[in-house]
Amino acid sequence: MEKKILTTPISAADLEDIKAGDIIYLTGHITTCRDVAHRRLVEYGRELPVDVRDGAILHAGPIVRTIDADANKYEMVSVGPTTSMRMEKFEYEFVKQTGARLIVGKGGMGPETEKACQEFKALHLVFPAGNAVLAATEVEEIEDANWKELGMPETLWTCRVKEFGPLIVSIDTYGNNWFEQKKVEYNKTKEEVLTEINKHVSFIK
Amino acid sequence: MDKQEQVKQMTTIIADFVGHMAKVLPDDVQAKIKELAADEKNPLAKTIYETMKTNMKLAKELSRPSCQDTGVLQYWVKCGANYPLLGELEGILREATAIATQQTPLRHNVVETFDEYNTGKNIGTHAPYVMWDIVPDRDDVEIFPYMAGGGCSLPGSGKTLMPGEGYEGVAKFVLDLMTSYGLNACPPLLVGVGVATSIDTAALFSKKALMRPIGSHNPNEKAAYMEELLEDGINKLHLGPQGMGGDKSVMGVNIENGARHPSVISVAVNVGCWNHRRGHLIFDKDGHVQVLSHSGVNY
Ligand code: SF4
Repeated sequence: MEKKILTTPISAADLEDIKAGDIIYLTGHITTCRDVAHRRLVEYGRELPVDVRDGAILHAGPIVRTIDADANKYEMVSVGPTTSMRMEKFEYEFVKQTGARLIVGKGGMGPETEKACQEFKALHLVFPAGNAVLAATEVEEIEDANWKELGMPETLWTCRVKEFGPLIVSIDTYGNNWFEQKKVEYNKTKEEVLTEINKHVSFIK
Repeated sequence: MDKQEQVKQMTTIIADFVGHMAKVLPDDVQAKIKELAADEKNPLAKTIYETMKTNMKLAKELSRPSCQDTGVLQYWVKCGANYPLLGELEGILREATAIATQQTPLRHNVVETFDEYNTGKNIGTHAPYVMWDIVPDRDDVEIFPYMAGGGCSLPGSGKTLMPGEGYEGVAKFVLDLMTSYGLNACPPLLVGVGVATSIDTAALFSKKALMRPIGSHNPNEKAAYMEELLEDGINKLHLGPQGMGGDKSVMGVNIENGARHPSVISVAVNVGCWNHRRGHLIFDKDGHVQVLSHSGVNY
């Protein structure tokens, strides 16, 4: 199967054929954006210092090595996604205001994000968590750092990446939600499995 | 070697080993991930397993922590009653944790409760946590260091059931967790189940269960059978890596158990994520060390 690679800037048309459960890779730019960045934008009405329109954000708090702070030179040591669900309550407004096309994180997201993905043509994607070294090596360079006063995990690190991934589509532009679909399957099978187990564990007689 | 010298040497070894653990997974976990990867047919799951394999390789080559969350350190200690450094051991583990944090480096993960600040050293009130077993008639010590990440600590929970709910209730409790919080704890998981009397006893066993190698069995035949039933059952849910679907679901299910009051049966679950960073060391009374969890590591 050929690798599907998206390159920033990304248009709505680029995402048309992509479905929940697909795997893609990203080349171009991605900016880390997590709890405080979302809160500042949505609750405090502050403008994001980085333009992520038609671009990508990453829910992550990386480990970064400073090469030369004055010259804004940094190296990505380790970066892994953090639980996306924490950003769920902000994500609709966030996508609406920033025009971000790709939201990359860990685990599923909910109805607010589904709505945003459908209305503004965006995707939520999962970078398999716990693969922090691999992810770091896919970052070619940290090109910019904003809101540094928030400390290392919350700083907005803008990274130039090459074939960053695998990224698994968890919510597509049609609002399909991979995790929610899977959960329905899991819960259905669970009942059957429990009925079977129960036949064998009557140890209290 | 005098006592002071022995304390110093042991501290250095444990600090170094903890750093190694952050970068290289134990033999049993590596083997299991490779086995699951080889057996997987689902293309999505296969891609994730391949990613994990590459990450394990890169972490070792580049000498970096395999996951950015290096957890809060916990140590289960099975200490011989005649082990000469019994009284020094907690101090050694604390010091080793601080050193490992600096020299590896590990992420700063210890936040004081109520005062709510990060100590920046991975040590704090009662942290690193030490779980003690004193073993009579032995003069050595077994140490199981463990890095409890946030994601894999989150599903941890327990419940005291009425005996009427029986082991059926235990099975339901475990499976419900797998299809809810378990999905976000970086499966394939090692599932640790404790079955005992009050909730604290079950909780402690559920953590100890995670220290047992993957593929080992509870010595009680029925408990071992239940391990198998749960493992097969959870695998049939096809949760796959990252909970996104696949042929199997877990690295294994380990149950540890103790006797119970006739009116209650407590169950608790702790899970280890695919980056299950657990070690196993034995120090003899003279300070000679054997590494059982990671082949090729000698001191
Ligand atoms: S659950 Fe484990 S693998 Fe996943 S992010 Fe946490 S420590 Fe890393």
